[in-house]
Amino acid sequence: MTHRCGEALALGQCWASGLARGNGRMWLSKFQILILPSSPLLILRLTMCTLEKRGDLFLLTLTGDGEHRFHPNTIASIISLLEQAKSQSKRGSVLITTANGKFFSNGFDLAWAQSSGSKTAAAERLHHMVESFKPVVAALLDLPMPTIAALNGHAAAAGLMLALSHDYVFMRNDRGVLYMSEVDIGLSMPDYFAAIVRSKIGTSAARREVFLSGKKIRGEEAVALGIVDSAAHDSEEGVLEATVRLGEKLAAKKWSGEVYASIRKSLYPELCGMLNLEAKIFATPKL
Amino acid sequence: MCTLEKRGDLFLLTLTGDGEHRFHPNTIASIISLLEQAKSQSKRGSVLITTANGKFFSNGFDLAWAQSSGSKTAAAERLHHMVESFKPVVAALLDLPMPTIAALNGHAAAAGLMLALSHDYVFMRNDRGVLYMSEVDIGLSMPDYFAAIVRSKIGTSAARREVFLSGKKIRGEEAVALGIVDSAAHDSEEGVLEATVRLGEKLAAKKWSGEVYASIRKSLYPELCGMLNLEAKIFATPKL
Repeated sequence: MTHRCGEALALGQCWASGLARGNGRMWLSKFQILILPSSPLLILRLTMCTLEKRGDLFLLTLTGDGEHRFHPNTIASIISLLEQAKSQSKRGSVLITTANGKFFSNGFDLAWAQSSGSKTAAAERLHHMVESFKPVVAALLDLPMPTIAALNGHAAAAGLMLALSHDYVFMRNDRGVLYMSEVDIGLSMPDYFAAIVRSKIGTSAARREVFLSGKKIRGEEAVALGIVDSAAHDSEEGVLEATVRLGEKLAAKKWSGEVYASIRKSLYPELCGMLNLEAKIFATPKL
Repeated sequence: MCTLEKRGDLFLLTLTGDGEHRFHPNTIASIISLLEQAKSQSKRGSVLITTANGKFFSNGFDLAWAQSSGSKTAAAERLHHMVESFKPVVAALLDLPMPTIAALNGHAAAAGLMLALSHDYVFMRNDRGVLYMSEVDIGLSMPDYFAAIVRSKIGTSAARREVFLSGKKIRGEEAVALGIVDSAAHDSEEGVLEATVRLGEKLAAKKWSGEVYASIRKSLYPELCGMLNLEAKIFATPKL
């Protein structure tokens, strides 16, 4: 128990003060670290999201039953958890990102933008979220491990961009749609959103369906259009299990994360350029 | 040579008459003028459908006009003139503040196929009409923006090679399989037009802001926009 507490402390930032123990839990200011007697090990619980470890797999979950909209705080939390995963990565690590409830994510917190009081301030808040979300995409492109998005529910706008920033995307066939709402609500596209869609979605027709049609795309069509890799799952647990199975298969390869990330970035040079990500080319042959 | 009609929310641009609807400088100027009109009258819910009468959608540039100039140099100049003056047609379609649909009543070849592909949606017939890039057969090389249109709009490397490098006359069913057109389920001139009208009405019902629609469309084709000097303006004006 002491060993695991020490390990848990070493995983996150260090707070030497303010510890109180009881019932196997340690409370640290606004963070709670839960020491479980068996895996999965919860690494960090932040505002609206958690990072757990299950063997080789990192599980990033957008928690709670809401729309998981990206408020600046959520964005900061996600970045923090991705940094955690990166710092703990080793050969065979894999990231799975998922959420609870009806939504994977419904995009930026537009209500927060509009609550600012004026049109100018609302536009500024929206611009702030658009800019601060770029490092999330960059962190995923740069992550030294394969990444898989398990869509428990709807993925819209920036929520769909989060999904597409992963190497693999699984969704459900019974529930959940993909939806770029911008054309319906009168918002134009941030340049890196268009770059994500151009990089990740194969055909011109599919890109047009996603961006220009205002269509709510269900699992079967998303697979046919080549937007997601699989939609053969008919429950929240089903899609997560399938991504865990894929994750374990990828983990067994014991790939060097640095090489994996380098090769991934080489597929998306335009997007990397926009996000100021260097695609470092080097050769370290495996012997 | 062409007309612009209004049917409710839909603008219908028609290349009229029974000929090949080849692009002579005058035709090109007329098309640009009609597109400017549609743009100036556009409002939320507007949609453009482009079609033609007879056996051809369009058979491309008016090469006969080029060759009637009297000398090889003059012919090359006339061709170059048409290639350059057609760029604003593509630009106008990419910039048009409303969804655009091409209803192919018949053959679309060379610049005629480029006109079709400059639309958001392309429907053709399965009983008549082929898509055909004639350049490789007649020994003309490709304008750079033609290649950019094909690279932007046709999904797979194999399909692009079929269109550009094979000299193939591609019929409806294969065009759908190759992902070049969206639909070829229509077996008459009226059938394909009706289908595009139905799609047009569905899109019109969304009452989208044309300015936002055009901005999002252009963001899908940055290379082509760059070649045509089209700015893809990014802005956010949330609808309240």
